[in-house]
Amino acid sequence: MTALDSKHRRYLSALFVVRNKRHDKLFSGLVVGAAVYTLLMVGLVAFSVAKGSVDIFSYEGVQFFYQSDWNAVEGRESFGAYPYIIGTLLSSAIAMAIGVPISLAIAMFISEIAPPRIGTPLSFITELLAAVPSIIYGLWALFVFRFWVRDLIEMPLYNAFGGYIPFFAKTPFGLDIFTAGIVLAIMIIPIISSICREVMRVVPDSQREAAYSLGATRWETVRMAVFPYVKSGLVGASMLGLGRAVGETILVTMVIGNVIGPSAIPTTLFSQGQTLSSLVANEFNEASSELHLSALIALGAILLALTMGINIAARFLVKKKIKASSGAKSQ
Amino acid sequence: MAIEEPIEDKEEAVQQTAERYKVRIEKVNGWYGSKRAIRDVNLNVKEKTVTAFIGPSGCGKTTLLRCLNRMHEMTPGAHADGRVVVDGIDIYDKSIDPVIIRRRIGMVFQKPNPFPTMSIFDNVSAGLRLNGMNNKTIIREIVEESLRNAALWDEVKNDLDNPGMSLSGGQQQRLCIARALAMQPEVLLMDEPTSSLDPIGSSKIEELVRVLKDNVTIIIVTHNMQQAARVSDFTAFMYLGDLIEYGSTNQIFMNPEKELTERYISGKFG
Repeated sequence: MTALDSKHRRYLSALFVVRNKRHDKLFSGLVVGAAVYTLLMVGLVAFSVAKGSVDIFSYEGVQFFYQSDWNAVEGRESFGAYPYIIGTLLSSAIAMAIGVPISLAIAMFISEIAPPRIGTPLSFITELLAAVPSIIYGLWALFVFRFWVRDLIEMPLYNAFGGYIPFFAKTPFGLDIFTAGIVLAIMIIPIISSICREVMRVVPDSQREAAYSLGATRWETVRMAVFPYVKSGLVGASMLGLGRAVGETILVTMVIGNVIGPSAIPTTLFSQGQTLSSLVANEFNEASSELHLSALIALGAILLALTMGINIAARFLVKKKIKASSGAKSQ
Repeated sequence: MAIEEPIEDKEEAVQQTAERYKVRIEKVNGWYGSKRAIRDVNLNVKEKTVTAFIGPSGCGKTTLLRCLNRMHEMTPGAHADGRVVVDGIDIYDKSIDPVIIRRRIGMVFQKPNPFPTMSIFDNVSAGLRLNGMNNKTIIREIVEESLRNAALWDEVKNDLDNPGMSLSGGQQQRLCIARALAMQPEVLLMDEPTSSLDPIGSSKIEELVRVLKDNVTIIIVTHNMQQAARVSDFTAFMYLGDLIEYGSTNQIFMNPEKELTERYISGKFG
């Protein structure tokens, strides 16, 4: 008879089955639990924020979104989030406009152009920069960098275009939306470029060689074989950076000028402004009335919705791109 | 098929017949850092023939092939020296831009590597567009011609807008051949082009190689000796970085001069 029929064999195999099943259950319980945690957190945060902002929405209604007063004096309360939504979007847009191209260039240099003996230390330094806390960038921006921005960028722009382009028509001061955008860009560049570099590393050398074999230069190879291959990853990296920029609080608070009410609606690049998060940071400590607190929480709710919206939009964009490029495969 | 006698006296033969050779490899060394992967290889390739490089893994056959369009030096730390003369031009001359060389010498790789985000049409026309061709009519003509020459046209003519990745592995490899042919190369380098394909896909590529040599000089690296015997006119056997023996495929397989070649051909090692 074969070993399969032996008593011991049966005994052993039964034991293994039992043991494997138990471990399996434990393992799946753990991972499902961890997954549930994320849902739970999102749910809890969304619930608390929604609950906290009920007061202000029943007081102001939808005009909370588009009105620009911000008055916490009892009896004359009036709150509107409009200027801060604009401030958030504008400062983040400036950060992205400056940060994404530079990040891509850094990632491209490290992964495609630089020899390893330069690229490896450089990528280490980028990661180091990504780990610098934003308060450090904030302090440096407040005490040093803003004067550079004012004297070297803003003043020349103002002198050159201030007369006829409304965008630049304000005497720059150094603490404004533009500075906030630049400092945000400085903050997100290490993050975006680190991820982009990782993403570009995924591109197999066979793709690069395909381009080289057709007579592509280095830049043409990047354009033809590298970028298209990882487009979705690069968009994802940028969106991660955008998420950071939209939510960044302390850094922005230190350089954006912190005005409230209608004057916080930026009319020029060099206007003082306020973002959703910086206003919350500025006022949550002094919010005495329930309504004022609720208004601040509502700003948080808008911020949450905004970041989620950005993420969903990014996913949608990336998915559509992927579908367009592999459509026939799934026919 | 008429096959030449192997060249006895290389120096003299080179002198006498220099014009007849499409590619002349003279004292080529390929390096990875300080490690020499191929040593002083001399070899002449006749126009419109198929030459196979065979040898066990690590013998330098792929490195040698990659030296022929200056692809070798794209590997970090790698470089080559010696002379590779294609049509009378030394491609390692200082005045030569390797990018131009790669436009004229096509290459097909071990694994099919179509550009995944491009359609079949765009894959074939990629090199043309890269090099500034923007006449749509001409591009379309060249794409069709290249796909026909790569024996793929009939299978894809109605699906040119589908992604290149939607094809089977063998079709993808023929797409890559079409992509290389679209550049109208006079020399086509093939680096184990069937190693990732099934037998049917492989035999189609082999058939293609035999047809293509009417117009193109083909140099093919293969680890498959039967394949070398089937498709090539000349065979170079390499071992540990040295060119051991080079001659007509018949001679190499039927009557090798070197014992090492004979032992490899008869499957005693490798």
